[in-house]
Amino acid sequence: MSMDTDTDTDEGSIDSAPEPEVSVHQTRRLEEKEARRADRAAAEQAAAESLADEETVELKVFRYDPEVEGKEEPRFDTFEVPFHVGMTVLDALIYARDHYDSSLTFRHSCQQAICGSDALFVNGTQRLGCKTQLVDLDEPIRVEPLPHQEVVKDLVVDMEHFYDQMEAVEPYFDPDDLPDGELEEQRQSRQNREKIKTSTRCIWCGACMSSCNIAAGDNQYLGPAAINKAYRFAMDEREGEDRKRERMEIVEREHGVWRCQTQFSCTEVCPKDIPLTEHIQELKREAVKNNLKFW
Amino acid sequence: MSETYNRGTVEDVGRWTEFSAGMWAWIFHKFTGWVLVGYLFTHIAVLSTATASDPTVYNQTLSGLESLLVVRILEVGLLAVAVFHILNGIRLLLVDLGIGLQAQDKSFYASLILTGAIAVASVPTFLAGAF
Repeated sequence: MSMDTDTDTDEGSIDSAPEPEVSVHQTRRLEEKEARRADRAAAEQAAAESLADEETVELKVFRYDPEVEGKEEPRFDTFEVPFHVGMTVLDALIYARDHYDSSLTFRHSCQQAICGSDALFVNGTQRLGCKTQLVDLDEPIRVEPLPHQEVVKDLVVDMEHFYDQMEAVEPYFDPDDLPDGELEEQRQSRQNREKIKTSTRCIWCGACMSSCNIAAGDNQYLGPAAINKAYRFAMDEREGEDRKRERMEIVEREHGVWRCQTQFSCTEVCPKDIPLTEHIQELKREAVKNNLKFW
Repeated sequence: MSETYNRGTVEDVGRWTEFSAGMWAWIFHKFTGWVLVGYLFTHIAVLSTATASDPTVYNQTLSGLESLLVVRILEVGLLAVAVFHILNGIRLLLVDLGIGLQAQDKSFYASLILTGAIAVASVPTFLAGAF
């Protein structure tokens, strides 16, 4: 930038005070500037050309904003987005927001399927926007907010109820006895780690809860994610006895594990491939074992 | 969530084309279950009225029903419904025991195919002499 301003002032001085003697440096600078300008023009033209005959994808995005007059009525906006190999739904949404409509609202953060912010309803299934390749989808790609959750704006849904359910199972450790020594680790056996491994992968995206037919009709149902969270702690050998009993009591309640009717919807949509139904079923068996008495 | 804002097409039941195997299994299991409950009551009603008086009434009622083509066709349907409910019931039992949860969609398709095969195989038996 400073180079440009330099040459500009030099140019000005040529116009105002014509001098027959032009320094070697000045001609070199002018030549360089000319070359840069040509480069830039060529690059711009190339970009324009590539966008014109580039492969594009059609995106139909759900729009709704209760706070703006004229947008209270839900509608679908169509965006034509240039396609690049490896592009995800989230990339397409970001492109649409940055180039066409800056008011397009959606949550996203890490873009690598860890933060769990961008669970969306894409072509009729709950998917993680950053983990879904555009090539895998049929056009036009329909992007909607998660069903069975209240829409705040566009693709943003209210996650408060989901978080409440997650916290309802008390998702934290409470071991009975701590090891001696201040810096002593609480070890877990390899077998036990293997048992709870998949359940620890939950990213709180809410896709499972949204896909669950039972959770849709029963607001008090804990939901797959919360039950999986309970499984993660209940099955961990380091968990304290009292806390485990307390947690199992929460899970065994009317709106706990027994609401699950094994439709496998949650297991199908989970972006982290957690076998949610399997975990729910195991907790059901655990609950039976705890309560069944033959005497 | 019961008090969800109405988003029109987003939560429409018209999305049945997007249902997966487990969801279909659930819907069919509910449907066949209700059909069987309905049949049970009809069965009790018919038999209790037919056996109330003298034995000839029973024979008359039964042969009267069997002479109707609709009843013959409904019998094939009843068998199909019962077979699917049994097979999917076994599938659900295995799911409850935690066996083969990865193959739950395949076992659903298997029970569907088996139901179809048995229903087709029963057609000669049920429809013999109906036409």
